[in-house]
Amino acid sequence: MKEKKWNMEVRSNTKKLKFWSLLWMVSMAIATFGPMFVWPENTVLNVLAILINLGCGGGMILVNRKLINSLDELQKKIQMDAMGIALGVGVVGGLGYSLLDQTNVITQDAQISFLVILISLTYMIGLFIGKKRYK
Amino acid sequence: MKNRLKVLRAERDMTQADLANELSVSRQTINAIEKGKFDPSLPLAFKMSKLFHLSIESIFENDEAKE
Repeated sequence: MKEKKWNMEVRSNTKKLKFWSLLWMVSMAIATFGPMFVWPENTVLNVLAILINLGCGGGMILVNRKLINSLDELQKKIQMDAMGIALGVGVVGGLGYSLLDQTNVITQDAQISFLVILISLTYMIGLFIGKKRYK
Repeated sequence: MKNRLKVLRAERDMTQADLANELSVSRQTINAIEKGKFDPSLPLAFKMSKLFHLSIESIFENDEAKE
């Protein structure tokens, strides 16, 4: 009964994280495409959309923290290892990418989206390796 | 760290899932501890000790102490 309660808490927190992540993605899409297609050059609506996006992002961060706190010690270790690698790769890779832009080695301007993709992929690979290692 | 978890569990006719449920951890965690891939925290070791009515030393064997 105690275990089921623990499992249920993890599942419930996972569902909440999915919901908040979806909400954040939708608010990001609205804040990005709204000014292009729905309300061109309306600063008030732009600021409002960005504030809503930041609020959804804050909710997502808090729920993610709650989920990680509800995991057991091995699951937390796997998460921590993956996050540590993702953070390191993000900082080193991000600054290296920025240097490539500053020194004009690459012709395009550095894009923040590339950094987000790099961190996300590294985190997912880290999780996969961690789960495999302790299987 | 070596341990007798698998033997103790088998003596009580418990599956990994049963033990995981008793200790409020995932089955993957029990499996990793049994295989010596992951060392449990002190609170989890105490939970195991209480569950099996044994001392922590009689469940876990410290490899470093042997050297």
